[in-house]
Amino acid sequence: MLDLSPQDWTAVALSLRVAAISTAVALPFGIAVAMLLARGSFWGKSVLDAVVHLPLVLPPVVTGYLLLISLGRKAPVGAFLADHFGIVFSFRWTGAAVACGVMAFPLMVRAIRLSLETIDRGLEDAAATLAANRFWIFITVTLPLALPGIIAGMMLAFARALGEFGATITFVSNIPGETQTISAAIYTLIQVPGGDVDALKLVFVSIVICFAALLASEWLARRATARLHGA
Amino acid sequence: MARTARHSAAARGVTMLVVEAKKQLGDFKLNASFTSESGATALFGPSGAGKTSIINMISGLLRPDSGRIVLDNDVLFDDGAHIDVPAAHRRIGYVFQEGRLFPHLSVRHNLDYGRWMSGYASDPGAFNHVVELLDIGHLLDRRPGRLSGGERQRVAVGRALLMRPRLLLLDEPLASLDVARKREILPYLERLRDEARVPLIYVSHNAAELRRIATRVVQLDAGTVITRGGIELLDAARADMLA
Repeated sequence: MLDLSPQDWTAVALSLRVAAISTAVALPFGIAVAMLLARGSFWGKSVLDAVVHLPLVLPPVVTGYLLLISLGRKAPVGAFLADHFGIVFSFRWTGAAVACGVMAFPLMVRAIRLSLETIDRGLEDAAATLAANRFWIFITVTLPLALPGIIAGMMLAFARALGEFGATITFVSNIPGETQTISAAIYTLIQVPGGDVDALKLVFVSIVICFAALLASEWLARRATARLHGA
Repeated sequence: MARTARHSAAARGVTMLVVEAKKQLGDFKLNASFTSESGATALFGPSGAGKTSIINMISGLLRPDSGRIVLDNDVLFDDGAHIDVPAAHRRIGYVFQEGRLFPHLSVRHNLDYGRWMSGYASDPGAFNHVVELLDIGHLLDRRPGRLSGGERQRVAVGRALLMRPRLLLLDEPLASLDVARKREILPYLERLRDEARVPLIYVSHNAAELRRIATRVVQLDAGTVITRGGIELLDAARADMLA
């Protein structure tokens, strides 16, 4: 069943790498933005909220195109990054990671924000009376208490990144070995006559990966929750 | 300068707290004015008299609108002089009504939390003394989720003591407990008052409980101090039994 072609295995490996890296890089920003939205009161908060949620409601091809005209090699930001830091996103796997990270960001922020909003602020006050400053309260109380939500947010972002198609293919195209993720590979295979058997194999692989990720995050979240409630 | 003044006050063995603080909380006007010294000062009054708001202002969790709060000549709050020392720097222990133990840490780590945050070196002597005083040695490896209400409050007292407070605030520490648990804990609180040498501010609406703990009484009603004096003030409120 699973005699995948080397090109298909490359697509699987690339998908895993893109999803893992986009989730990891998005995490600190996701926590920071969730913190701002859950705790902050500042002018423009609802604007920030809307901007964060934009990739969730925009057609993915629009998000991909916006990335292309801002981070592409000839675009102002993209040219600046390429000239000064040697960072190039267009038609590279790093660009796929950017697209996946942007698309997954709202889901991650929502999950983390929800768990931050359920934290008993009284515990943070208690930490303050025990000589903890704001930084240490955040590290030793807020973050551990938000851990179940952070795990859920990472899982959602990872799954979203694995399934990303529209924004990625628009921004970085569909280059085997560089930007062709599982989704793009399946899309390519079903365009080719007689490719549906290979496509089905990749479909099976992607189901297995998502299922494993789901079980793993469920297990981690349960352990984190158990830690918070005694045991 | 405040530091030397504090040390000389400590050397005399007298802790002096001066509270003159005003705060508008919605329709409720709080105007607290009292002083307290070593021993256990009761903040006594009915629910909604503003007792918790007052100790929140002393601890630094609630900012007064105006006034002064001074502990051992160390100004903690003074709106005129723009002084508002953050809670983390006040070194005032706080035992909350619901304990507020950190659920993700073991009892031992809860007890050590204040020492870690203060950057103090480990002091097994002090640790063991407090653990013995409160009889919580058998609980050290448990998590707060598996403690009874009485055990939880004893750990909360220990946690506040181990950050070496200059003053210990207790906010109705027995209110969430049944009669049997209250009887179990009161002796520990009496020992704390007599042995720990930390001045206490003890908030309660329960006269019988306060009669055992307090050495001085500040009586509040509707946000204002109505009387200050000895524990004979509690006799007037005899109707309020140990419930």
